[in-house]
Amino acid sequence: MSVIDLDHASICVHGRTVLSDITISIGQGEFIGVLGPNGSGKTTLMRTLLGLLEPSRGTVRVFGRPPTRGDAQIGYVPQVRSVLPELRMRGLDVIASCLNGERWGLPIFARADRSMIEDALTPLGARELADRPLCEMSGGERQRLLLAQALIGSPRLLLLDEPLISLDSRQQEIVIRRIREFGRERGVTILFSAHELNQLLGVLDRVLYLGCGHAALGTVDEVVTGPVLSRLYGGDIQVIHSDGHIFVLSKGRNVERVDHLPDDLQQQRVERPNNA
Amino acid sequence: MLENDFMINAFAASGIAAILAGIVGYFLVMRGQTFAGHALSHIGFAGATGSGLIGLDPFWGMLGFTLFAGAGMGMLGERISTRDVAIGVVLSLALGFGLLFLHYHKSFASQATALLFGNVLAVERSTIANLTGIGVATLIALGAIARPLVFASLQPELAEAKGVPLRLVSTAFLAIVATAVSECAQIVGVLLVFTLMVGPPATAQQLTTRLWSGLGLSAGLALAEAWFGITLAYYSDWPVSFCISILCALAYFLSLALPKGSSRFLPTRAIR
Repeated sequence: MSVIDLDHASICVHGRTVLSDITISIGQGEFIGVLGPNGSGKTTLMRTLLGLLEPSRGTVRVFGRPPTRGDAQIGYVPQVRSVLPELRMRGLDVIASCLNGERWGLPIFARADRSMIEDALTPLGARELADRPLCEMSGGERQRLLLAQALIGSPRLLLLDEPLISLDSRQQEIVIRRIREFGRERGVTILFSAHELNQLLGVLDRVLYLGCGHAALGTVDEVVTGPVLSRLYGGDIQVIHSDGHIFVLSKGRNVERVDHLPDDLQQQRVERPNNA
Repeated sequence: MLENDFMINAFAASGIAAILAGIVGYFLVMRGQTFAGHALSHIGFAGATGSGLIGLDPFWGMLGFTLFAGAGMGMLGERISTRDVAIGVVLSLALGFGLLFLHYHKSFASQATALLFGNVLAVERSTIANLTGIGVATLIALGAIARPLVFASLQPELAEAKGVPLRLVSTAFLAIVATAVSECAQIVGVLLVFTLMVGPPATAQQLTTRLWSGLGLSAGLALAEAWFGITLAYYSDWPVSFCISILCALAYFLSLALPKGSSRFLPTRAIR
């Protein structure tokens, strides 16, 4: 049974068509690497699957239904994490805030919640973050805290928007391995967006490449080819395989590494919820 | 000291307002919206002087204006309520209107100092009843939204995805801030509202990183600083608001100077 189905779906953000006429189907337990140039709609796709954006045309289905906000079966790590950096609150309380955080009433949590949170932190090497205040954590530590949080509550679908940002390469490996294990053990479908394909080569089942409003879904060999990517980037793209690594080049420049940050920030500003 | 009715009234009124300010202020500091809270108090000044002009009780004018402004800020969204420049313009406009209203109501001018800097020693018994009723109602409302409020404050993007109505929560919270500001202004005045609403929560955040300990500590500090301030004023003959503000500032700077530990200053408790 497929977990995610897009049928001729188009999605607009602020009047701009970010994704147009996309038809893809993703099955249970698949690890999908979501790649593409900036502004190609990685975040937009995830926000649509969360029910935060509606398709302007076509249909989007998650678990066979149109997505609705607050689906407890979906674990999510947003790309923009406007966690207040100078906040003197310990990691445990930050994570605990998301446990049934949408319910009304007092934020009271049981002792069992504490051990559940610690169990989620431990595999990511983030156990000690529970008692550290947020303002004393590095970007990478905050990141691991929020990743661990997304794994709590047995989600069946994980939407991870650039989870490797601000992690060093060793931490990236730990995170990728942990997410992969988590997905395999429980048959969880994972959409994992990233800047670089190579980090994910060993773990992903298929790759979803976005660009110029289009999408290509398939194995790395099917999708990461000169002709397919040239269509997605709207320009001449060469794909070079070297020593188990894949390099995507445009006029000799590695497109995965070029011009990432400025555009990213722009997109963050547009897609940030405007009322926190 | 306590044989004087006005002192008992002062202790009662300041106690209620301080506890409310300490608790609401903790969330205000957590959300980084202290400047919005400050603006609300200035808008309240215009409300109080305006209602004085048309013969209404200034307290109700202040409460009405701040509630209206708080809800308005919430509905306009984050764009307004965390934008320093927009808030700065609005708060000076509000002060300007306050001045205009005073100008047309000359006999009311003697009240200006009381409004701006507080006059807790002149609180009447009927005011205490109002403060209590509104304070309790405000705390109940805050209790009802506290859980999604914490979530939305700490992780707005995720909270939105999980179905927290961000705008509703933020609007309700600013309305709660408005009532706390109005109560607090009765004690320390419009200009010194921050003394009770920001000082104690900021101090508490320096002393503990736990949510509930922080809330309790913030309320306790606000209460202690208000009561010690009044006591100090009684024996020194200094203005009450000055005494409270200097105690709050002292506590805050002391807390900054203390070595930091995640839970050193409070006994270990379960997660709540």
